[in-house]
Amino acid sequence: MADKLHFDLVSPEKRVFAGEVDMVVVPGEDGDFGVLAGHAPFMSTIRSGAIAVHEGGSVTRTFIHGGFAEVTPDGLTILAEEAIALDSVNAESVSAELTKARETLSMARDDAERAEAEARVDKLEALLAALAH
Amino acid sequence: MASLKDLKNRISSVNSTKKITKAMQMVAAAKLRKAQDAAEAARPYAERMAGVMANLATAMDGPEAPRLLVGTGQDEVRLLVVATADRGLCGGFNTNISRLARERVAALTAAGKTVKILCVGKKGADALKRLHADKIIEVIELKSVKALDGAVAGRIGERVVSLFEEGAFDVCEVISSQFVSVITQKPRAQVLIPARDAIDESVARPDLKGAIYEYEPDEEQILATLLPRYVNTVILSALLENAAGEMGAKMAAMDSATRNAGELINKLNLQYNRTRQAKITKELIEIISGAEAV
Repeated sequence: MADKLHFDLVSPEKRVFAGEVDMVVVPGEDGDFGVLAGHAPFMSTIRSGAIAVHEGGSVTRTFIHGGFAEVTPDGLTILAEEAIALDSVNAESVSAELTKARETLSMARDDAERAEAEARVDKLEALLAALAH
Repeated sequence: MASLKDLKNRISSVNSTKKITKAMQMVAAAKLRKAQDAAEAARPYAERMAGVMANLATAMDGPEAPRLLVGTGQDEVRLLVVATADRGLCGGFNTNISRLARERVAALTAAGKTVKILCVGKKGADALKRLHADKIIEVIELKSVKALDGAVAGRIGERVVSLFEEGAFDVCEVISSQFVSVITQKPRAQVLIPARDAIDESVARPDLKGAIYEYEPDEEQILATLLPRYVNTVILSALLENAAGEMGAKMAAMDSATRNAGELINKLNLQYNRTRQAKITKELIEIISGAEAV
């Protein structure tokens, strides 16, 4: 592959990744899509899941939650509410948290609490699924 | 003239004040670095978000566009989100923000608009309560917040958006402090809602070389998820800049307080020594004249 894709991954707290890569596979709202250099301008929302960054034969996977992808001729930008490197978490602690989150959900007293707990459960489930992959 | 003992007490009290202000200055300096890093780290996200919004705003320009983007079409009720610090002792930082807020309120009221105020941070609420207590609809304190992150801004953002959806206001402005440098913080007011008016014309739009964007799912849905997030982003960056500015102002204020204390101690020391000298001289004169009289 001759051309490289410029890829930025930013979260509200910091710039998580910036650099040239071969390809990025993004979990779009309507299905996964791969972005190579020279992709047509494109915008998509992202469902919670792992993005796979292909670079020089190796693949790095990062879990992102609540995000948005924009492809311009300059490259790909992903704005993620949260970005977690999959190497930094392990399945056991996530499932422990998930159990706790489910308990919180079952004990939620009002709608706001319930919605918050539900969002947390969904996120952790997606994270667990990404880990199992 | 103050007695020697009084002077001594005074000196030691000023000395301990100096120690405290010095410690506060150093704490502020350490926190400043952290806050500044956080504010700078958040900048790329905010910039990208503004860029994306600018793109979408040009693409979506019709009657079906979401109200968060284009507004209610009216400008009767204004919501001012006044973001200040929760703590004082940081020079004119809070005063400057609330002064700008008061000026905005005065200008808007003169223009015949209804003003509502949402205070973020305790100090701004304290300052505005005296004149505009009737306009304050809510006060959000940040004291319990350990780290300023997306969740905090999200809570405030959700509140603002839900107020907007209830029709509580037409236009929303955020009044906060812009972090220019460690010694300069400029209070500023920026429009938050409608988002279209907030988008700076100078935001760089990528050159698409004639191609057009494809959207997935479609523009409306993207905007629906993106707009609340955009609101949160603007609030978060305002809060982060505020935090950095507060620490910068505190550092400067505590630095000059420490210097003043040092000067005061020098003066008091001089006075103390003079008084002591005078006392000794007086005693000597008494002894000598006593001896001569014998």
